[in-house]
Amino acid sequence: MATYNLKINGKTQTVDVDGATPMLWVLRDHLQMVGTKFGCGIAQCGACTIHLGDNAVRSCQLPVSAVGDEEITTIEGLSEHGDHPVQKAWLEIDVPQCGYCQAGQIMSASALLKRNSSPTDDEIATAMNGNICRCGTYTRIKKAVKLAAENNS
Amino acid sequence: MTLVRTQLGRRAFIKNTGMAGGGLVLGFSFFNACKPKVAEAVAMELEMPETWYEINGYLKIGDNGVVTIMSPNPEIGQNVRTSMPMIVADELEIDWKNVVVEQAPLNTNLYSWQVAGGSRSISSSWQNLRMAGATARHMLKEAAAQAWQVPASEITAIAGVLTHEASGNSAGYGEMVSAAAQIEVPEEVELKKNSEFSIIGTSRKNVDGKKIVTGKPLFGIDVMREGMLIASLVHPPAFGKQLKSFDAEEVKKMPGIRDVFSVKLYDDDFDKMAFHFTAFNEVVVVVGETTWQVFQAKKALNVEWEDAPEVTQNLTLFGNEMKVKHPAGMEDSESHTKRLKELIASTAKVARRDGNPEQAFKNAAKVIERSYSCPFLAHNTMEPMNFFANVTEDHAELLGPTQTPEWMEVAVAERLGLPLEKVDIQMTRQGGGFGRRLYGHFMVEVAVISQRMSAPVKLVYTREDDMSQGIYRPSYYATYRAALDADNNLIGFHVKAGGIPESPLFANRFPAGSIDNYLAEDFTVDTNITTGAFRAPRSNFIAGAEQSFLDELAEEMGKDPIDFRLELLKRAEENPVGSPESNDYDASRYAGVLKLVREKANWGQNEAGVHRGVSAYFCHQSYVAQVLDVVMENDTPVVQKVTAAIDCGIVVNPDAASNLSEGGAVDGIGHAMYSGLTFKDGAPEQINFDRYRLIRHREAPKAVETHFVESDIDPTGMGEPPFPPIMGALANALYKATGRRYYHQPFITDKPPLIG
Repeated sequence: MATYNLKINGKTQTVDVDGATPMLWVLRDHLQMVGTKFGCGIAQCGACTIHLGDNAVRSCQLPVSAVGDEEITTIEGLSEHGDHPVQKAWLEIDVPQCGYCQAGQIMSASALLKRNSSPTDDEIATAMNGNICRCGTYTRIKKAVKLAAENNS
Repeated sequence: MTLVRTQLGRRAFIKNTGMAGGGLVLGFSFFNACKPKVAEAVAMELEMPETWYEINGYLKIGDNGVVTIMSPNPEIGQNVRTSMPMIVADELEIDWKNVVVEQAPLNTNLYSWQVAGGSRSISSSWQNLRMAGATARHMLKEAAAQAWQVPASEITAIAGVLTHEASGNSAGYGEMVSAAAQIEVPEEVELKKNSEFSIIGTSRKNVDGKKIVTGKPLFGIDVMREGMLIASLVHPPAFGKQLKSFDAEEVKKMPGIRDVFSVKLYDDDFDKMAFHFTAFNEVVVVVGETTWQVFQAKKALNVEWEDAPEVTQNLTLFGNEMKVKHPAGMEDSESHTKRLKELIASTAKVARRDGNPEQAFKNAAKVIERSYSCPFLAHNTMEPMNFFANVTEDHAELLGPTQTPEWMEVAVAERLGLPLEKVDIQMTRQGGGFGRRLYGHFMVEVAVISQRMSAPVKLVYTREDDMSQGIYRPSYYATYRAALDADNNLIGFHVKAGGIPESPLFANRFPAGSIDNYLAEDFTVDTNITTGAFRAPRSNFIAGAEQSFLDELAEEMGKDPIDFRLELLKRAEENPVGSPESNDYDASRYAGVLKLVREKANWGQNEAGVHRGVSAYFCHQSYVAQVLDVVMENDTPVVQKVTAAIDCGIVVNPDAASNLSEGGAVDGIGHAMYSGLTFKDGAPEQINFDRYRLIRHREAPKAVETHFVESDIDPTGMGEPPFPPIMGALANALYKATGRRYYHQPFITDKPPLIG
């Protein structure tokens, strides 16, 4: 066990955990931030996507000991009032079916738009390919990413 | 939340007294048995009232006019948590923006069919939901009539406002509700005419949308409770194995681990329903403080397995008894395929025989025969199986994702030794269902663990646990044969289908009824690999096989594939083979969706480089036709667009229904193209998403367009019907694009044998 001071959503959070513990479980079990979802545990489905700095990463494969000083953003901290352009677009297009994968989808989409404010369909497909939606909302996800890009331009 | 069982069974809840002038009039009785907890506003800015008045089990109205509507059924992504309350709100005549939705707990006295299964949520509760709203509207009008001393019949109720024009009186629901709550529940109440609907038939956004996009706790796996422990299971790694022994000494010393023990789920003499069932009746349980600690401990656990004997399970399904035999031994995919091919070539059970099919094939100038198959599939809901339980000496509280709370309550109560009324089950939003959560063994598991630990416990499956637990979509095989005469007329049709362990055949569905000489046969193969309902059971294979065969047949006969189907349907409509009741579909509605998709997809006006396939199917009382467009990019087929035409009766929430159509198309393309479970030595060879392929963003159609048939028929199924036919449309479009027919799913592995 070791103590880690983590910068999460603009606040410093202190946790006392085994350094091998993935950020996914630090968030969910230790900090009660359950917006980040467990899907596969091997970085294949994208449900656990968070931002490390500006990059979308799979938190199930990110040991807490590897985070260091990097700023973490989770779905809970993407915006203060749920009004990030990607969140607004998701509501406008009414993307979710079951909704379970959508936090991860939104985190991947918002990281994409941060580095590329008007992605092509192909760039969207590449950026979003690591996020599985079992309900099959991919066509709406694409529409919502494009809408968020438009509204933000 | 306390469940109160009254003497009145649910059958007494509604007694249909038939039609009366103007609208539907129903006789019924409501029980206000349930006291819902304080509602959580859907629109977070909605101001909560000081006092709520319960009008009936479906709704309560606040003194400020805000209305809470209970959504009775499990929400698995089919959007019933929005569309069921919409139906109540419409009959109540309330502005949708003043509605708060709450998930109802399991309550068999108040609600019927609290199940997410068979695409029946809306259709089975359609009248009850309408009655609930209409009753409240009636009672509010009655209260206003008494207050204003005017006839109730002269009062109008529009968007939460009661008005009596002649006297100039007007009041909001909030002002009248305390009086309305005292009004006697009417014996009969008039429902709106379809033309008067103001919410039904309009698109309303997902009531949980804001919570979903902001990451609020919503799902079973998100449940947190003071003092809660985490549990996870270790089950046998292969079907045909069972627990022999385990050594937990070292594991018990690992950080955070509280206990390790084995649990036997059901006693041998327990009278199981099909939904109670699990392949692995005895499992090892690891309980600890955090999920990660428990998962780590599971990996370190030393467990020995042994060969399981042959078992015959006695199960009941809706009152029917069934015996399910699980042979001993470790099975593999190679022997499965061999067995299916052997059986398809030998005798099978005749399910339907019209005319003289044997003679027709004997007289045929040409016989076309094609075989189709599909593998086992795992449901793979994105939220792995999980459930919360807090079991004390005389009470059990369960909370989590289940599609069948009512049926699982029986098993939980029996296993814990508690009376039914001491078991309370509440449902969270669910991260997918697809049939997997019909089988709630995990609820019994967590209840037993909580009872043993005397603590609140959340049971969490890893993805690997989930994918190797069984309850798979069965593997199916079908051979279709058609007899053509010298003039290329279809004179005989033969389908022989089977599966492990169930047959996919629907003998009385199309094209039965449209061909004089028709033979349908089927067979089954026993297995110890457990299977269960998977979105549109059986249809999810047979639709694609049948619709691919019809496509090939149309080509052989030189006919347009839509025209060919319409010819058959015309025959079935005008002069059906067999008695009218013997055919399970309405030929005119079937033809209707084909005609609509033909028009909307501009069928026949093909763009260069776009290869099209069509398919249509009937299941869950709904009709779906789809046209799928493929283009070739770098020698690879890419699905560009799907155009769907759907007849599911009245569409409650069109945009949400379109979402299901889009998802169904993506889901069907994905499973037909990419997914499959194979077995070796009894174990699935794919247990996570590194080897089990699910369709991904890049592989999804670029666009899905949905058109609904305008209809006044009460709603029919919507969750399942868009899924099965697309597999046929895909195969047919791939043929046009590549020149090769695809027969064996997943199509990415369906390669012709190497020659030369």
